[in-house]
Amino acid sequence: MNRIRALSWPQILQWLWPFVPAIAALLFTSVLLLIFDTTPAVAFEAIFDGALGDAAKRLSVMAFWVPLLLSSTGLIITFRAGLWNIGVEGQIILGAIAASWVALKLDAPGPLLIGVELILAMSAGALWAALVAVLKTRGRVHEIFGGLALNFLAIILTNYLISGPWQPPEGGTFRGTAPFQDKALLPLFENSRFSPLSLVLAFAALALVIIALRGTFWGLKLKALGKNTYSAYLLGVSSEREIILAMMFCGALAGLGGAVRTLSWFDSLRQSISGGIGFLALLVVMLANYNIYAVPVIALFFAAVRVGSIPLQLRTQLHSSLGGILTGVMVLFVLLFGDARKLGIGRGRPAEEKGAPEVSGSGLDPFSKEIVKGD
Amino acid sequence: MNESELINILDSIVRNSAPLIIAVTGETITERSGVVNLSLDGTMLMAAMLGFVVGLESGNVWLGFLAGATIGAFFAFIIAFGSIRLRQNQVAIGFVLALLGNDLSAFLGQNYTRIPGPVVQHFGIPILKDIPIIGPILFDQDLVVYFAFVLVFISWWYLNRTQQGLHLRGAGERPEAAFARGVHVNRVRYLYTIIGGALVGIAGASYSLDIKIGWSEGHTEGLGWIALAIVIFGGWSPIGGALGALLFGATKALVTVLQRTFPEVPVVTFNALPWVLMIAVLLLAGSNALERLVRIMPESIQPSLRRLLRVQPPLALGTTFDEE
Repeated sequence: MNRIRALSWPQILQWLWPFVPAIAALLFTSVLLLIFDTTPAVAFEAIFDGALGDAAKRLSVMAFWVPLLLSSTGLIITFRAGLWNIGVEGQIILGAIAASWVALKLDAPGPLLIGVELILAMSAGALWAALVAVLKTRGRVHEIFGGLALNFLAIILTNYLISGPWQPPEGGTFRGTAPFQDKALLPLFENSRFSPLSLVLAFAALALVIIALRGTFWGLKLKALGKNTYSAYLLGVSSEREIILAMMFCGALAGLGGAVRTLSWFDSLRQSISGGIGFLALLVVMLANYNIYAVPVIALFFAAVRVGSIPLQLRTQLHSSLGGILTGVMVLFVLLFGDARKLGIGRGRPAEEKGAPEVSGSGLDPFSKEIVKGD
Repeated sequence: MNESELINILDSIVRNSAPLIIAVTGETITERSGVVNLSLDGTMLMAAMLGFVVGLESGNVWLGFLAGATIGAFFAFIIAFGSIRLRQNQVAIGFVLALLGNDLSAFLGQNYTRIPGPVVQHFGIPILKDIPIIGPILFDQDLVVYFAFVLVFISWWYLNRTQQGLHLRGAGERPEAAFARGVHVNRVRYLYTIIGGALVGIAGASYSLDIKIGWSEGHTEGLGWIALAIVIFGGWSPIGGALGALLFGATKALVTVLQRTFPEVPVVTFNALPWVLMIAVLLLAGSNALERLVRIMPESIQPSLRRLLRVQPPLALGTTFDEE
């Protein structure tokens, strides 16, 4: 008796609360589907079936998951440093471009070629990210805007390469370059687009970030920077150096993700080489509440929804953006209502911060408050 | 290039800049009250889609604009409610709404792509439109364009010359002081976030009903982000913002001319220009160049010039305020 009474309503509510945004997002999408005369169950089943229906589809989800996981892992670092790396999308694209350059122009034994591709892809992503960082630290251009402009420029660069210098010999279809030589592609699992090697690399990156954040002084410095730029300065953290390093780290992982996209998901450089994976990664990290241990699971879920939405148009005549809506609404609901205690549901004061980076603190101010420099 | 061709170009610059001017003014008002609405790109897409659909179904363009304003106000309300009442991060909410608006507009508008719809009628102002040069450029346009220009001056006057404008700026600069003076800071922020959002919605609808007629997936994609950058470039002033939007429009017109003159240069090179310009413009706004420019001007106009080119963000931009 006592044990049953101990579970009071507020406690039950608090325990169930994390599921409410997910259910709300499903309800919202269901209403949309009803407007379009589609039975929600049919559409959701189509997404589910499109993602997990058979082994080939499940492998597709895995293949989509890897670059998403790589980018999200990198974003954990930039968020920890209090940076909004919206430029991650462009960093993925630059990685893909660099890998494509190697695949198209160089000739070497397979393993060496792939090694060079991956290293150059990481460097290109890191450099594109460094550009955003330097624009911020030296030019006082907020990383959101620097990153966005560089995203659009990366897309334009891809289109230029595809329709110009890297046009396939049989004429420009404006859709992609000619397929790369076979040995330049990542070894694939059976007949899928999934490369086991890329998953190993993604897990290695994940482990590296966990160690960096938990066990190194660098992780501590990033945290200080993200929480409070000024006190980080008092602690002797060079904000400029850490900002550039954090951005480059994330850019390198995103660039690697871009290489995985072009060398396993596709076999050539395509117009939509990233396909919004960078933006999706930002949503993954937000939904994970900046917690790295939640990132792989949420990224896998997002990959399943995204891949599952692709055949939606064929099966239900509905636009495939439905998957984006489902995930976007879910993140929005979590951002708004995720913290039950802030709403006054359940007992206790609002949670201050549970190890997650202070997102509304000085470090993440939307417009460049001047970074404290040593003079 | 003869005179009539030049007038044509200037006319198209003014016309094409109008929606951007409206969006920039709306966001400027919002940010001056201390709230950042980062959702502009998604809001404008939603408003363009909804404005077109409502305009088409009702046969009345003005109902389309009303629909655009409503969805803009609603998105802005989500941001205000999330940041003020729920005390969550407004940048994160705005960013998610920007992405969501993109997907949502593509989904909801899927049956309305590439079909003809209603358009705003041309409306020359009698007498004024016959003034040489200025007439055809400024007074031979349509109501959207006139609205944009009137809006800029009204907002400037409202911000700088009225009691309510003072309260608005107080909420964005020094909320504690404003509160001590009896200003309901959060109520003020709600109000101007929603008004600013409605204006952004009107801007979105202006594209699909007037400037870039019709609806297609990603119809105004990118323009919301450019508007946000122009707010900074304009130094959080309606007049500075309007000048920035006109400058942006002028550059695009220049690109069209250049493209015709140098057909051998790939089109993509010109497509890159707005984004290179965006970075350049933000670098300029972040540097001390404008302040130096003010200093070499005659001393008597320095203060007003500095006010016009004001490049400091509102002090309390993006922060929350406890009314306790």
